[in-house]
Amino acid sequence: MSAENLVEISSLDFAYEDRPILDGISLQIPRGKVVAIMGGSGCGKTTLLRLIGGQLKPSRGEIRVDGQSVPQLDDEELYALRRRMGMLFQFGALFTDISVYDNVAYQMREHTDLPEELIRDMVLMKLNAVGLRGAHGLMPAELSGGMARRVALARAIALDPMLIMYDEPFAGLDPISLGIIGQLIRRLNDALGATTIMVTHDIQESLLIVDYIYFMSDGKVIALGTPDEIRASRHPFVHQFVHAEADGPVPFHYPAAPLAQELLARHAHGG
Amino acid sequence: MADDARPENRIVATLGHIGHRVVDGLLRLGFATRFFLTVLLQSGQSFRRLHLTIREIYFSGFQSLLIILVSGLFIGMVLGMQGYETLQRYGSAEALGVLVALSLVRELGPVVAALLFASRAGSSITAEIGLMKATEQLTAMDMMAVNPIARVVAPRFWGGVISMPLLAALFSAAGILGGYLIGVVFIGVDEGAFWSQMQASVDFRYDIWSGIVKSFVFGIAVSLIAVFEGYDALPTAEGISASIKGTVVKSALAILALDFVLTSFMFREA
Repeated sequence: MSAENLVEISSLDFAYEDRPILDGISLQIPRGKVVAIMGGSGCGKTTLLRLIGGQLKPSRGEIRVDGQSVPQLDDEELYALRRRMGMLFQFGALFTDISVYDNVAYQMREHTDLPEELIRDMVLMKLNAVGLRGAHGLMPAELSGGMARRVALARAIALDPMLIMYDEPFAGLDPISLGIIGQLIRRLNDALGATTIMVTHDIQESLLIVDYIYFMSDGKVIALGTPDEIRASRHPFVHQFVHAEADGPVPFHYPAAPLAQELLARHAHGG
Repeated sequence: MADDARPENRIVATLGHIGHRVVDGLLRLGFATRFFLTVLLQSGQSFRRLHLTIREIYFSGFQSLLIILVSGLFIGMVLGMQGYETLQRYGSAEALGVLVALSLVRELGPVVAALLFASRAGSSITAEIGLMKATEQLTAMDMMAVNPIARVVAPRFWGGVISMPLLAALFSAAGILGGYLIGVVFIGVDEGAFWSQMQASVDFRYDIWSGIVKSFVFGIAVSLIAVFEGYDALPTAEGISASIKGTVVKSALAILALDFVLTSFMFREA
């Protein structure tokens, strides 16, 4: 374990029951950097975030966050570690029964004994950082998708985490919201001195803001590099991904028997 | 595919299907037991931060008051009419108060209040927890180092357990009032006999206490089923709808079966 990496993963395997998801993944996330983990839908990116957060346990291999081996932590140690992590979920996962303000204040109230006036100042500062101080009185149901994502971002950074994880931060956003979220991810990381892991399939937006990219396919890391290296890559998968081609190493069809065979089988059955 | 048509394969498939369902049922029962123990272990916060539980008592208990009081009143009025019709044949219409009070306190109060509670509050607890799970709110809470069982599940469980005996008592009280309205005010049974016979024949330690024990047990059963069904819901629209149905059906069956068991234990001859 070198001190300059906040997260180190080595030869990690994971399977849901007997369906393998991750197969011998190794990667390093250096401190202070914004790193994207990219790949098609269903390649195990979100699973990887859950493993780093300790919500899943690997079948084999090692995950270290800030020197601690995550799978070996007991409940209390894991919760202590998670207090230093922030996570943004794909659809925000805001608590729908409380206001925007209370959502951002949630962790401060749960984990600190700070007086309410101080919490108020902190909440307004966090909301100001994402440009939504004026929306503090709204309920989550009154927010647009992009605003909800920003509130969730303010909530994720409520306790100034050392590690911020984003699960598909760009999914389903209009181009303006998308650009805003991208800039926020970069700015907040640098302002807080945090480290960011971002799981996404939005290549164009990511290339603008990240320091480093890992490409995953079929549970393996197949390519890695800086944005410039990725743009210039001749790797067929990366090429298909960057240029958004429908068919290539990632097939258009879900695995199935040949179409002709399947159609004939139905006739043989008489029905 | 052609193999499926052969009869011996169909038998094997059917047996396999039954076996799967039995094993699944047992696994779920084990999971529910472990879940119950976890809820108990994580209950400290529900009492240390009492406002969490009080909020749930408000939502599931206080907000069920209307349906409980109105239903109790109607059931009491029906009891008043039916009871009067039978009792007057034997010339003992003054015993109407006893009949109404005992039926309510020992049986109808706890059972009907629990059935109403399961469909009014239980189903909404299941829907709420199920939707929180489906929208990743529970996962988000867990990632914020806040235990969702301690923070979300346990207060709802205890809110239900505490509300249930109180609702059953209010149901019985409303019912007795309904019986009084029909028996004394409309039919004209002697008021003094109505109340004094009731007072003389309803025993606190036996009748009222057994009602309290029942409603407490029903409260545990309904609340546990409601939180478990929600927590265990498949995070899809169909999954949540199936869980809500599960809460209502399983609660009703559990209440009636437990009522039989508890009544058998409390039954005394003459």
